[in-house]
Amino acid sequence: MLTLLFDGVAYGMLLFVLAVGLAVTLGLMNFINLAHGAFAMAGGYITVLLMNRAGVPFLACLPLAFIGAGLLGAALEPTLYRRMYARPHLDQVLFSIGLVFMAVTAVDYVVGSMQQNIQVPAWLQGRFDIAWVGIGRYRLFIIVVCAVLALAMQWVLVRTRFGSRLRAAVDDPRVASGLGLNVNRIFLATFVVGSGLAGLGGALGAEVLGLDPSFPLKFMIYFLIVCAVGGTTTITGPLLAALLLGIADVMGKYYVPKLGAFIVYTLMILILLVRPQGLFARAGAAR
Amino acid sequence: MNLCERLSRAALGLAVAAAALAAPLAQAADAGPIKIGLILPMTGQSASTGRQIEAAVKLWVAQNGNKVAGRQVEVILKDDGAVPDTTRRLAQELIVNDKVAVLAGFGITPTALATAPLGTQSKTPMVVMAAATSSITQASPYFIRTSFTLPQVTVSIADWAAKNGIKKAISLVADYGPGFDAEKFFDSQFRLDGGQVLDKLRTPLRSPDFAPVLQKVADAKPDALFVFLPSGQGATFMKQFAERGLDKSGVRLIATGDVTDDDQLADMGEVAIGVVNSHHYSAAHPSEANKKFVKAFEAANKFRPNFMAVGGYDGMRVIYKALEATKGEGGEKLLEAMKGQIFESPRGPVLIDAQTRDIVQDVYIRKVERVPAMGNQLYNVEFDVIKQVKDPGKAK
Amino acid sequence: MSAQASAALARDARWRGWELATLAALPVAWLLLPGQALILNEIAILALFALSLDLVLGYAGVVSLGHAAFFGLGAYTAALCAKLLTPDPWLGLAAAVGATALLGFLTSFLILRGSDLTRLMVTLGVALILYELANKLDWLTGGADGLQGVAMGPVLTPFGAFEFDIGGRVACAYSMALLVACLLLVRRLVHSPFGFSLQALRDNPVRAASIGLSVHARLIVAYTIGGAIGGVAGALLAQTNGFASLDVLDFHRSAEVLLVLVIGGTGYLYGGLFGAVAFKLLHDLLSAWTPQYWNFWIGVFLVVLVIVGRERLLRPWSWGRR
Repeated sequence: MLTLLFDGVAYGMLLFVLAVGLAVTLGLMNFINLAHGAFAMAGGYITVLLMNRAGVPFLACLPLAFIGAGLLGAALEPTLYRRMYARPHLDQVLFSIGLVFMAVTAVDYVVGSMQQNIQVPAWLQGRFDIAWVGIGRYRLFIIVVCAVLALAMQWVLVRTRFGSRLRAAVDDPRVASGLGLNVNRIFLATFVVGSGLAGLGGALGAEVLGLDPSFPLKFMIYFLIVCAVGGTTTITGPLLAALLLGIADVMGKYYVPKLGAFIVYTLMILILLVRPQGLFARAGAAR
Repeated sequence: MNLCERLSRAALGLAVAAAALAAPLAQAADAGPIKIGLILPMTGQSASTGRQIEAAVKLWVAQNGNKVAGRQVEVILKDDGAVPDTTRRLAQELIVNDKVAVLAGFGITPTALATAPLGTQSKTPMVVMAAATSSITQASPYFIRTSFTLPQVTVSIADWAAKNGIKKAISLVADYGPGFDAEKFFDSQFRLDGGQVLDKLRTPLRSPDFAPVLQKVADAKPDALFVFLPSGQGATFMKQFAERGLDKSGVRLIATGDVTDDDQLADMGEVAIGVVNSHHYSAAHPSEANKKFVKAFEAANKFRPNFMAVGGYDGMRVIYKALEATKGEGGEKLLEAMKGQIFESPRGPVLIDAQTRDIVQDVYIRKVERVPAMGNQLYNVEFDVIKQVKDPGKAK
Repeated sequence: MSAQASAALARDARWRGWELATLAALPVAWLLLPGQALILNEIAILALFALSLDLVLGYAGVVSLGHAAFFGLGAYTAALCAKLLTPDPWLGLAAAVGATALLGFLTSFLILRGSDLTRLMVTLGVALILYELANKLDWLTGGADGLQGVAMGPVLTPFGAFEFDIGGRVACAYSMALLVACLLLVRRLVHSPFGFSLQALRDNPVRAASIGLSVHARLIVAYTIGGAIGGVAGALLAQTNGFASLDVLDFHRSAEVLLVLVIGGTGYLYGGLFGAVAFKLLHDLLSAWTPQYWNFWIGVFLVVLVIVGRERLLRPWSWGRR
């Protein structure tokens, strides 16, 4: 039972790292980026290819996945995404769907459509039991890494100048740029970090969630749920939403397997019905 | 939008329409060559099935030429993306416009079922090379199957399990049609042999997370866990199984061969070793015919053949031999010539049952091992066989 | 209504030449291209589906990623009606309209509040829930294997009873007739005060509410009707194919119809038809050329389309300008 809770928390933390970039992008640029999963997939495949073809150790692959996905974001943001910020949401949805199709088929072409497998190092395999809880080592690793990242992000947001600039730009980009903040640069930096985090999440998730070219499509709904329920104005909102989602999903499948996936979707619809701006968004926020 | 723009849009649409429609109209229906309509999922989730079967069909034609009974044979390949109404439309076009003598392929069950009434109406034999649900051959008298049925391989492993010291089992299947079939037949056979099925678990087909179900298995402590998952999820499952220490806690992992699909087996890693499973084909099957088949297949492609490929290869064999027997004629005569064929396939001896039109074949019990003689790769090594298994789904 | 207003309405509702030509092209195509009846049928169904989305998206401004919910429900209702109740196509159609209108009405309350993202999520969620339901209730829907044994009876018309033939010509005529009927219905709807008020609230809901338009009521009506027409399209698919499977509720259908509508253009009714023609043939051409990777080129096309600007695509003279 507690093991299940532990598993749910691990799943939730992973979802958080994957989705936080999307949440911030949405909150900052009001841009619905359905292609966010493609950056996660990029990170996952970078890890798989480096580990399987070049024998790079797992731990080294994680920062490389972050950097790789971040670079991809840095390449796409000024060239493609920036033109789309002012567009209506429909255009953004179509644009990102188009990108997803391109990414999915390109990966299929280059690497093939099979599930990719990696071998995590031996010290991450297996589990140990403490009291009534079975702690899987890899899942514990995920929780630790993601918690560190969450704390780091919160610290950056609250304690650094960049963070306050970011919050200013989220609240009101026009006033922010009127005050002399280079909003474009802030957007770029945020997008790069968000994509990098997605890539890192993809790398971490390759072992637990599986990795194949349809990854962005399969998990897009979960990322969107995290953003919609968690709201896009804070870091803690998506974190709590992701944890809620992960735990509800795992518990639901154990206790009520007949309903399984329904629980997540129904929960989401109910939450959005009651609080359309998201469960954890600040009241009075712009969106 | 003003008038000019609307007209431009209309013109664009109609121009594209005219251009594309003109193309097929330009091809006249040919009286000469015999056409085989091959409808496969080349894109989408089942793309690997399409890839394997296409490679096998190409191999057959390369080895046996493209002339039968003095006439040219043409294979028309169409991609249905495993969407049943696309399959149906493509089949209709192949029958009506291209006048194919036989339809083949059918990557997943709904695509075969959608096409059934067309084959019956037009008297076109349909060779099922991949789909594995029992009821397909009953949906139309024109279906011939060269793949396998899931019940065939499921009762084999259930039987083996009961006779090899496994008293209590839990079944875990994916939450869709073939999964329900596997669950039902495992349950009935295992209990028939005196075993006890503790629980029947299901996982969602998309984005599966095995943590909750594995927890249930750990709680119940059966002798064995029977698994049926579509190929692709097998590796993730086995990793999580091992991660929870379930393999060490005395729970044996048994499955149908879909989980240890040859297409993916080489990449699965150590976790797959020791998994006992049942299937009708292994790339490591030690017959001369198979060794030749695998060698030629691997030479032409960068991957090894799996059970889908052998379904395609044998399907072509059935079609060619039937065409020879009817001297190129199609329709009911062609169907009759397909029934009752007995031959040596790379998988072993095979019979196309004349009554049920389904395939009767040997089912092997295999274990995943590393084979030094074959590049030290992982293979399903056969150690037991149940001969000439008829589809139990029809025996009722 | 003032004389000016009614005159403006009447002017807008007048039949344009190109509209008549487009509508006439349908039966002409059916007559002249008997060998293509199957793909014409598919195009008609897709066009009808896109038309239903146009009402919801182009006229009422609701971005929906789950319109397949109506399509799928319509398909299963018609198929089940034929299998369990009566093989008459018209009754099956009526049953589908009833069921999807009800679904549209009930779910319209979910899309009233919230941002675009919220609506996206909610519509997507509804479609996903229906998909799971269809999967679970496999004793009713046939689950992943699909619903078979759907034998359609002949289409009864004042001109006689027509059986669905293997060449697909009757099916094609049936679908085209329904496409035209729905087009006329929706046309009547949008060229009316109601239709104008819809556009007003699409463009600026706050302002519309401030001049006294009941935003919620209008959205509910528009969404219900849009859903019902989507159900008609789904029913046509099930009836002309004699088969319904889980695929009719899948996400790719929602994404596809969105694409089709965008290619053709939103907000002027015929975008669905033009888009369906262009998309289906683009698809066929691309997949004949590259059977495995045609989706890539669709993606490229989408990205280019959106970057260049949906309206500017068909104004090549504006590409040079910024």
